[in-house]
Amino acid sequence: MSGALACIVAWLALAVASLLRLRGAWFARCAAFPLGALAALVLAVIGLQALWQPAAAMTLPLGLPGLPFHLHLDPLAGFFLFLLGAVSAAISVYAAGYFADEAPGRLALIGLQYHVFLASMALVILADDAYLFMVAWETMALASYFLVTTDHREPAIRSAGFLYLLIAHLGAIAILLAFGILHGGRGDYSFAALRAAQLTPFWSSVAFLLAFFGFGAKAGMLPLHAWLPEAHPAAPSPVSALMSGVMLKTAIYGMVRVIYDLIGGLRWEWGLVVLVVGAGTTLFGVLYALMQHDLKRLLAYHSIENIGIILLGLGMSMVFVGFGHPAAAALGLIAALYHTLNHAVFKALLFLGAGSILHSTGLRNLNDMGGLIRRMPQTALYFLIGALAISALPPLNGFVSEWLTFQTALQAPVLEHGVVRSLLPLFAATLALAGALTAMCFVKVTGVAFLGQPREAAHAAHQAAAHGRIDCGPAGRIGMAWLAIACFVLGLFPSAILLLLNRICVALLGAGLPEDALESSWIWLVPSSRAQASYSPLIFILVIVAVICITAFGVRRFYHGRVRTAPPWDCGYPLQTARMQDTADAFGQPIRHVFGPLYLMRRHLPGPDDPAPRFVLRIEDRHWVWLYLPVARLVGFLSEKVALLQRGRISIYLLYSFLTLIVLLVFVR
Amino acid sequence: MSLSAQIVNLLAALLLLIGFAMLAQRRILTLIHLFAWQGVVLAASTLIVAHGTGQAHLYFSAALTIALKVLLIPWVLHRLIDRLNIRWDVETLINIPTTMLIGIALAIFAFALATPISQLASTITRSTLGIALASVLLSFLMMIVRRKAVPQVIGFLAMENGLFFAATSATYGMPLVVELGVALDVLVGTFIFGIFFFHIREQFDSLDIRHMEKLKED
Repeated sequence: MSGALACIVAWLALAVASLLRLRGAWFARCAAFPLGALAALVLAVIGLQALWQPAAAMTLPLGLPGLPFHLHLDPLAGFFLFLLGAVSAAISVYAAGYFADEAPGRLALIGLQYHVFLASMALVILADDAYLFMVAWETMALASYFLVTTDHREPAIRSAGFLYLLIAHLGAIAILLAFGILHGGRGDYSFAALRAAQLTPFWSSVAFLLAFFGFGAKAGMLPLHAWLPEAHPAAPSPVSALMSGVMLKTAIYGMVRVIYDLIGGLRWEWGLVVLVVGAGTTLFGVLYALMQHDLKRLLAYHSIENIGIILLGLGMSMVFVGFGHPAAAALGLIAALYHTLNHAVFKALLFLGAGSILHSTGLRNLNDMGGLIRRMPQTALYFLIGALAISALPPLNGFVSEWLTFQTALQAPVLEHGVVRSLLPLFAATLALAGALTAMCFVKVTGVAFLGQPREAAHAAHQAAAHGRIDCGPAGRIGMAWLAIACFVLGLFPSAILLLLNRICVALLGAGLPEDALESSWIWLVPSSRAQASYSPLIFILVIVAVICITAFGVRRFYHGRVRTAPPWDCGYPLQTARMQDTADAFGQPIRHVFGPLYLMRRHLPGPDDPAPRFVLRIEDRHWVWLYLPVARLVGFLSEKVALLQRGRISIYLLYSFLTLIVLLVFVR
Repeated sequence: MSLSAQIVNLLAALLLLIGFAMLAQRRILTLIHLFAWQGVVLAASTLIVAHGTGQAHLYFSAALTIALKVLLIPWVLHRLIDRLNIRWDVETLINIPTTMLIGIALAIFAFALATPISQLASTITRSTLGIALASVLLSFLMMIVRRKAVPQVIGFLAMENGLFFAATSATYGMPLVVELGVALDVLVGTFIFGIFFFHIREQFDSLDIRHMEKLKED
C-alpha cells in the first residue's frame, strides 16, 4: 500500500522535475521517462502482490478539512495496478526514445502531463471514496486532454481535444450523479458507506445506467465513442498507446468497481443492456476500422471494438449473476478482465508500432505506405505479433480471452429464462463475426503497410533521402519487445492467469470457478469442466512448430531443393508500377458493399469526359447525423434563446435585478 | 409618541422627499447637493436615535455618515464632474412624470410590504421601515432610468443610504464593525467608479452608457 503510494509520489516528483529546464530540459530528455518506467515496474509488482494479500486500507492526511482521502488496495485494484504498471513501463521506455528530439519547452510540458496522467490513473484505481475518485478522474481527463492537444496549433487537433473534453465531462457528470444516488443524503462518500446503501430496484437501476454510460463515455462505448477516433490520432503515439491501452481500462475498472462492488445486487436485465450495447460497439468498431486508411484512426476504431468485447464478457457475467449462477458469472468476469489485460498489451504494442512508422517516415495514411518491412524489419516483426494477437489467433493472448468469452456464452443452457438462453449464442456469433473481420483488417494493415512496394511519389522522395534502414532506436525496440513478449506469456500460460483472476472473482462475487477448473494441470486451460472444453497453447505451439519444420524439411529434401530466381508472371501487363497494388481502401471494398447501409458514404465518380479524373470516397459515421448534430443544434438553439437576455444595456441588467428583488419581496415574505 | 420618535418620523419623511426629488432632478450638480442633504438627514436621524436609546456606537455611525456622505463623497463627485466637465444634462430613458408615477407605486408597495414587519419590531423607529424600503427602491429605479454613468453612481450611493436608514430604524443599526466595513466599501467604490469614468470617456468620448452596448458579443 505505502509502496504504491511511493510510486505515485515518485511520478508526481518526476512530473515537477520535468519542468526544470536546466541545460535544455536535460532531465526530461534523459532521466524522466526511464525513471518513470522504473516506478511503473515497481507498481506492477505491488499490484501483483496485492492479488494474494488481504485488502489494505489507508487514510491520507490530504483533502478538505474533515474530508480526508481514503485509499484501498484489494485484488481488483491490484490487478488494474498491475496492468497500469506493466503496460506503462513499456510505453515509458518507448517514449524515452520517441520524445528524445523534441524541443525543450514542449518536452518539459509533455514530461509534466505524462507523469501526472500516470499518477492520476493510479489514484483512480486506489481511491476508496467518491471524492478522491472524482478528483483523480478529472485530473486524468485534464492531463490526457493536454497530452492530446500537444500540437495545439493545428485547428483539427484543437477541435478533437474539445470533443474529447466534452464527452469526458458528460461521462464525469453521469458518474457523479451515480455516486449521488448511492449516497442518497446519508453518511459520507466513502466507498464503504456507498456499498452499504439500501436502494429500491428503481433507484439502483438508475444508478446502474448512469454509471454504465458515464464510464462507457470514457471507454469509447457506443454511442459516446465519437471522441475516440478523433483524439487518438491527434495525440503523440506513446500517448495514444497510453490512452488506448491503459486509460480506457480505468473506465472498465470503474464500471466493475461501481456496478459489481458498490451498487451490487446485479439484475439480469442490466446484463442484457450491457450485452446489447457491447455487441453494437463490437460490430460498429470493426466495421468502421475496415474502412479506415489512417493507421492510428484504424487502431482507435479497434479500441472501440475491443471495449465491446470486454462489455460482452461483463454483460454475460451480469446475466449469470442475475439468474444465480456464480460459477458461470465468474467465468464471464474472468474473460472480461483477461481481455482487458490482453487488449492493453497488444493495443499499446500496435500504437507504438504505428508511432514508429509515423516517426521515421512521417506517414500515417496506409495508402502511401508499402514495403516498410525492408526498411523497418524490427517494427514490422513486433507489429505483426500485435496484429496476430488482436486477430485472436492461437497461441497468442487475444485468442485465450476471446475463447473464454465464447466458453461463457456456451454456459447458456444453465439459464432458466428461455429468451435470454437463446440470445446469448447470438452475442457469441457477433463476437465470432467481429473476430473474423478483425483478422481481415489486420491482413490489410500488414499487407498494405509492410509488404509490396513503396507507393506514392512523396514517399519515394523521402526514401531517396534516407535510403536503407530507418527502424526505431534501442529504447523503442525495448518497449515494443517487452509488450510482444507479454503477448506470448499471456497467451502461453493462461491457467496461471486464470488462478489470479479467480481471486478477484472470489473477492467480488463471493464465488469462483469450479474445482475442476482450478485443479487442472498448468498445461491445460479448463474454464468450466474437463468434459466440456479445454485448451493447451503449449501443445498447440509445439504442433505448429512441428508442422512447419516437417513441411520445410519435406520441401527442401524431397521437392526440387533448388532456388530459382525469375521474374514473376506479369499478367500480360509489361509495365507495372507501385500504384497498381491494392490500396487499403480497395481491400475493404467488399465489406463496404455487404454492410453498405451501415455507412454514410459520400462518393464522387468522375464523368467519362473528365480530363483530370479523381475518384473521391468519404466514409462518415452515421451517429453524427442522427445523434451528435441534432443535439448540437438543440443546444445551439437553446443558447440563442438564453443569449437574448444579454442586451448590452446596463439599464436592462439593473431592471432584471430590480424585478427579481420585487418578485422575491412579494412572494417570499 | 415621544418627541424623539416624532422627530425621526419627520426626518424619515424628509428622506423620502429627497428621494423623490433626486428621481425628478435633471441636473447633476443639484443631484449631488441632494445626495449630500440626504446624508445630513440620515446623520441627524441617527443622532436622534442614538440620543433616545443611548446606543453609544450610533454616535460613531452618525459621525462617519457626516464625514463620508456629507463631506468626502460629494466633494469627490464635485471634482469628478469638474474634471469631466459634465455639470448639466441628465437624460432619462423614461420621461420624468412617468418615472414619478412608477416611484409612487413603488412607495405604496414598500409600505404595504413593511407594515406587517414593522409590527414585529420593538424599536421606537419601527414605523419608518416602510420609508427606508421605499427610498431603497426609488434609488434603484433611479439607477435604471438614468442614461449617464454619474447619476447611476449617485443612485447606487443613495441606495446605500436607504439601507443604512433601514438598518437604523429596524434594529438600531448594524454592529459598528459592519458599518465601518460598508462605509469603506462605499468610499472605495466611489473611487473605482471615478477611475472607470475616465476610462469610459477615453474609450467612447462620452459617458453615455448606450455606447457600452457595443461591447455585447454578437
